[in-house]
Amino acid sequence: MNRRKFIDFFLGGSLVGTIIALLYPTIRYILPTKQTEAVVKKITAAKLGELVPNTYKIFKFGTSPGILIFTPEGELRAFSAICTHLTCTVIYERDTGTILCPCHNGRFDLSGNVVSGPPPTPLESYKVEISGEDIIVSKKG
Amino acid sequence: MNVCKTGKIISLLSIFILAISFFNLSLYAQKNSCVECHQELEDKLLAPVQTFKIDIHQQFGLSCVNCHGGNPSEEDIELAKDKTFKGTPQRSRIPEFCASCHSDPSYMRRFNPRLRVDQLDLYWTSEHGHLLKKGDTKVALCTDCHAAHGIQAATHPKSWTFPWNIPQTCSRCHSDKDYMRDYKIPTKQWDDYKESVHAHALFEKKDLSAPVCNDCHGNHGAIPPEVTSIAYVCRQCHPSAGELFSQSPHKKAFDEMELSECEVCHGNHKILPASDEMLGIGERAVCIQCHEPDSKPYQIASRIKESLDAFIEKIHHADDLLEQADRQGVEVSEPKFRLIEANTALILVRNLTHSFSLTEIEEKIGDGEKVVSEVTRAGEDALREAKFRKTGLIIATCFIFLLALALFLKIKQITKRAPDESP
Amino acid sequence: MKNLLQSIYSYLDSRFMLSGLMQFAKKKKVPEHKHSFWYYFGGICLFLFILQVLTGILLLLYYSPSVDSAHESIQYIMSQVKFGWLIRSVHSWSANILIAAIFIHMFSTFFLKAYRPPRELTWISGFFLLLIFLAFGFSGYLLPWNELSFFATQVGTDIAGTIPLIGKHIKTFILGGSEVSGATISRFFWLHVAVLPLLTTIILGIHILLVQILGMSKPIGIPEKEVKEVPFFPNFILKDSLGWMIILVLIGVLCVFFPWEIGQKADPFAATPLGIKPEWYFTFMFTTLKIVPSHVFSIEGEVLAIFGFMIGGILLMLVPFLDRNAAKERKNPVFSFIGWIVFLYIVVMTALTYLLPGL
Repeated sequence: MNRRKFIDFFLGGSLVGTIIALLYPTIRYILPTKQTEAVVKKITAAKLGELVPNTYKIFKFGTSPGILIFTPEGELRAFSAICTHLTCTVIYERDTGTILCPCHNGRFDLSGNVVSGPPPTPLESYKVEISGEDIIVSKKG
Repeated sequence: MNVCKTGKIISLLSIFILAISFFNLSLYAQKNSCVECHQELEDKLLAPVQTFKIDIHQQFGLSCVNCHGGNPSEEDIELAKDKTFKGTPQRSRIPEFCASCHSDPSYMRRFNPRLRVDQLDLYWTSEHGHLLKKGDTKVALCTDCHAAHGIQAATHPKSWTFPWNIPQTCSRCHSDKDYMRDYKIPTKQWDDYKESVHAHALFEKKDLSAPVCNDCHGNHGAIPPEVTSIAYVCRQCHPSAGELFSQSPHKKAFDEMELSECEVCHGNHKILPASDEMLGIGERAVCIQCHEPDSKPYQIASRIKESLDAFIEKIHHADDLLEQADRQGVEVSEPKFRLIEANTALILVRNLTHSFSLTEIEEKIGDGEKVVSEVTRAGEDALREAKFRKTGLIIATCFIFLLALALFLKIKQITKRAPDESP
Repeated sequence: MKNLLQSIYSYLDSRFMLSGLMQFAKKKKVPEHKHSFWYYFGGICLFLFILQVLTGILLLLYYSPSVDSAHESIQYIMSQVKFGWLIRSVHSWSANILIAAIFIHMFSTFFLKAYRPPRELTWISGFFLLLIFLAFGFSGYLLPWNELSFFATQVGTDIAGTIPLIGKHIKTFILGGSEVSGATISRFFWLHVAVLPLLTTIILGIHILLVQILGMSKPIGIPEKEVKEVPFFPNFILKDSLGWMIILVLIGVLCVFFPWEIGQKADPFAATPLGIKPEWYFTFMFTTLKIVPSHVFSIEGEVLAIFGFMIGGILLMLVPFLDRNAAKERKNPVFSFIGWIVFLYIVVMTALTYLLPGL
């Protein structure tokens, strides 16, 4: 193979290689991903039967935590689990039947309203729907 | 005198009289000879007129006469100070002076039905009240804390009794060594409080829920809490720590030794942010103040501290990984948010130390560690992604360099062969 | 392989009449001399523009132009979409490099006096391309809907609003209302992906067509023996491509080590952050407006400065008709001198924005 042919092959080969190196990310980019939407407005928080009355579950809602509570009366309530005081994650306290923020003892009732402690505003409440086996939580409004 | 001239004189006179009347309406709607005279005076006699302008009583339509008596419609000083005139009350009679209205429920109802009317009763139960009854007028009374003429509602930020002004109001006497010499109580409460976490919350973070003097000592019935009640006082805001403590073996022991629960480890005025160093068996630990080395409690304290330290170490490690990944440009906002949950678990664990129960604490730590290991995995994934990006860049760059080299060689080849010819 | 290519070529040739084009391409020559290095910048601008179109089209797949989801979609692209970080960072970095290249291209053609006849229309179309790409930059900057872009847009449109008589109408038209809002993002998106690309296609098409027809301009007064003529295809094209490869590597390195930040989501009710300023290519005008005295002979300083820039722009566009000497192939140090002053002014004002932010 003479020099000229070599250079031509070299040129062609490296051109193909470069095109592949540039095409690979582009193709991976346009293939759909696991989380198909940018803004999460609705999510399956749990399955029916996962929770018993007077218990709770922290679930992921987009990039922030949510709290799903199965009240002693058998109702399902969901709120943002981010305490409105200094953004700690809240928990459900069985004995008192209230939502507690362990950081500074902020307390919310089962409508999300502040009962005691430093939080300035109520917890954002979410809509809860049941579809078959799934408990679906979505943002209100 | 003709009609025209009379008319002119009468009009001028009326205008003159009207003008003077308007002039006198400057301060108060009705004639108030007290104000008219006193505003011509100086210093202590002028001060009431100036400060009363912002007084809350003035907003309810009350003025000098309602407290001091007298006749404000009379210009002449002897006539103004008639038999209803009370003048300045004697210092030792001030509480009753104020209570003459403030302890009368039917009177107070007319102005503000929500105000309490038991301040005087409470005051007599306080240390200030006790000493006043015995004839000591150096103690605090109504006007020392509320001011005499410029009294503002306790909800007004400039009021002497607004939360963030209360420490200065109390320390005016209580930090004055000379003034307090006869009383044999310490005078460094304000200095201590200034360094406390409560003062920081109040003055820096403007958190009005932070406790000041009256929240622990009471307002009008102020008395230092007894040893057994200090814990209840703290529990007003820190109930879970208090409950955990009550269920722990320490409660019985402290009660028997007549130790005042919270205060022993945390102090009373100079309550500093609790640090992990207070746990365990280190130099600054509070446990070793009582527990002998190698005793069972000593070992439990040591284990608790070890577990806690290990947990904190894991959190730091996860945080480091995320910071590294972030610096290298990988998007890690979600794991960072998850780590906040781990920090919540840490707060719960630190609170749980008041139970002194190793099993409970280790269980809670276990929950937290589950979250941390998730975050750590995410951090490691992120670092792998950063590496992948760099590797990808190197590969792509290699191909591009090869292509550039090929182009360069081709260019040389073409130019060398025939610079002006086309192929 | 060669036979296959030959048959494909002859198939297309008989339908597209390609042979005329091929003859033209073979004959086309490019002068090579001590200043011909600057010729590459036109091609670099073209390469970066194509890169912007490609990455822009890819971003269109996941971007959402609404107040509620713009920022979130960028977050999504950067964190969830495979290589989203790369596509987005390439788009952002290339935008800035492209504008820098446009300025270099403009100044180099100015100093080499490539605007003289018969290339006046090339220069004028180039001037409009400069304005179009500045508009691309301004409209694109708002789309991630983060704090910096929101307030930079607010500041920029406020300045446009100070033009007497028509300023308020211009501002309302640009913003789609009285302030930066959802209407603004829709409008900027419309400009950025539809209107401006269409205008660019037309004007860039004219610009490139003229360059191809008229060939490269040689600097005035360069002796014949110092000029070599090389074929455009393949010599010059290959050298062009070499330049493009180097730029591609540069962009790759920038994107991996300095990925473009997402920023905080814009909050219209928040206070304007201190030291807010537009993107670097607008800062020379921004700083000029800041340091100009508030009143000059009872005319508002800002208005005067804006008029100054507008007149400066118009003069720049008309340079081919103003520089009589160049038209006669004579050197004219006056215009070069003015060019250097303008160049230095832009560089100094831009630098001052960052060195003395407290101005």
